[in-house]
Amino acid sequence: MGGYVLRRLAQSAVLIFAVATLVAVLVRLIPGDPVQVLLGEGQATPERVRLLREQLGLEKPVHVQYLEWLGRLVRGDLGVSLISRRAIGPDLLQRLPRTLELTVAATLLALAVGLPAGILAAVNRNGPVDLAVSVLALLGLSAPVFVLGTLLVLVFGLYLRVFPATGFVDLTQDPWGHVSRLLLPAATLAAAMAGVIARMARSAMLVLAEDYLRTARAKGLTERAVVFGHALPNALIPVVAVVGVQMGSLLGGSVIVEYIFNWPGLSTYLLQGIAQRDYPVVQAVVLVVSALFILLNLLTDLSYGLLDPRIRYG
Amino acid sequence: MDSIFSRPTMTAAIIRRPGLLRRLVRSPRVAGPATFLAMVTVLSLLAPLLASHDPLEMRPPRALEAPGREFLLGTDEYGRDILSRLLYGGRVSLAVAVGSILLAGVVGVTLGLVGGYYGGVWEALTMRTVDLLLSIPPILLAIAVVAFLGSNLTNLIMVIGILYVPRFARVVHGSTLAVKQREFVEAARVLGARDRRILLVAILPNILAPIIVQASVSLGFAILLESGLSFLGLGAPPPTPSWGGMVGAGRGYMHLSPWPVLWPALTVWAVILAFNLLGDGFRDLLDPKLRA
Repeated sequence: MGGYVLRRLAQSAVLIFAVATLVAVLVRLIPGDPVQVLLGEGQATPERVRLLREQLGLEKPVHVQYLEWLGRLVRGDLGVSLISRRAIGPDLLQRLPRTLELTVAATLLALAVGLPAGILAAVNRNGPVDLAVSVLALLGLSAPVFVLGTLLVLVFGLYLRVFPATGFVDLTQDPWGHVSRLLLPAATLAAAMAGVIARMARSAMLVLAEDYLRTARAKGLTERAVVFGHALPNALIPVVAVVGVQMGSLLGGSVIVEYIFNWPGLSTYLLQGIAQRDYPVVQAVVLVVSALFILLNLLTDLSYGLLDPRIRYG
Repeated sequence: MDSIFSRPTMTAAIIRRPGLLRRLVRSPRVAGPATFLAMVTVLSLLAPLLASHDPLEMRPPRALEAPGREFLLGTDEYGRDILSRLLYGGRVSLAVAVGSILLAGVVGVTLGLVGGYYGGVWEALTMRTVDLLLSIPPILLAIAVVAFLGSNLTNLIMVIGILYVPRFARVVHGSTLAVKQREFVEAARVLGARDRRILLVAILPNILAPIIVQASVSLGFAILLESGLSFLGLGAPPPTPSWGGMVGAGRGYMHLSPWPVLWPALTVWAVILAFNLLGDGFRDLLDPKLRA
């Protein structure tokens, strides 16, 4: 197990390094001269051009630029915004928890809905409950985030007006206001994941007919004890796998959700960076989110071993 | 990434090729969604003939009308006919989806075949590239690339295509590993067939099933990604109508009229749903391991 953990850690480190390289290459792919693009063709004074070129580090040879970029990253320096001239690191760190909060809330919501739904469907196999769960799960996992988010804003924000559909207030200032504004974006993000979890839990629970469960029943356990004590723990393993993978796609989906609901997390920072052609900001956000994604995959892989004693790592 | 769950669960299904098509057509779970998607495709392709109005023509006095006799689905904020824009918008989504999945399929299948068959350096190289591409959330990479390179149809197809290479490469790689051990591959080799022939004639036809499943699911994902980018204003540049772009633009006028948002939103939802149903149907039919 120790060797396996070390190997996976090393792999993850190499991947993060590779993503950093890929992100560095992106700036090189901008057609034309990025400085001219940024300042507007032929409109800037030579002085401005020289300054920006220096700021972007473009006047140095490519390999020196690359090594400096890596060197700064290792020291935790994500660069400086071209527009606001502020260091990117602190700005990013301020928004990161909000994106994580949204992602975690969506995951919990998806589990709270998807897992019981999947279990109910499996226990009532081929009945009306099973059918309803299957249809809802399919609708949920087919709903594009931007479609569901927009429709929820339409229904709750304009027609029902139960609670504020968009925006953000700090948890410390107004706890209820904070949570009520978290609800719709989290639900939007959770829908697809809940569908996937329900399906996965259902098919995993259909092992209900297996030998060891027949044994459990034969020794006189109640059906409840069989389902929760024996079937569920085994069904959870593939569900954990799915949660890990899906949390990664939640990080991606949050880009659109935060945009729709004006949730001031990482993605609004990213989209603002794109609109202003603030390349270092875009690079930093892509890198940080990808690093999170990679770490999430690592944690998922490692958690199998804890959940399933049959899995041994060589 | 290399856990027991992320490996392809699908071993190559041996297909009796003459029977495959018939079985597919006869299965209602495949034929239903396939018919719906074929209809959407035909409607989009025939948009110039079917559209009752010019999708770009603006009529400010008639902006944001509800569905009625002249404009069957209503008008958007510029008074453009929503139905006509929906028909034309399908062309963008389908062109990007088909183009990118063709690209992803050809590159991914080649990488997977070569990696799985030859092993060694080839395998390490292709699979590590796949790992790298899989370690960035797709929409994030797409946003970044489109933001840096500019958004037009070619860039969209290239980006989405590259993003879906890993899925094909993984599935084909696993299936190739399974099939290359089989007797008929051995037989072909003994008979003196060259590698190229073995790959294309002995192995490829026998791993078509997982490739078809992958393609149908990936087409849905490609439309999802394209419409999401268009929604954010990073897809096909306006005034080209696209489903995602229509939802994104209509959002600002939802309090005045829900129709400009509602129609394209429901269209994308239905199309993605159909692709998922199609994928499920294919999987049930083609993958004997999962068949109940």
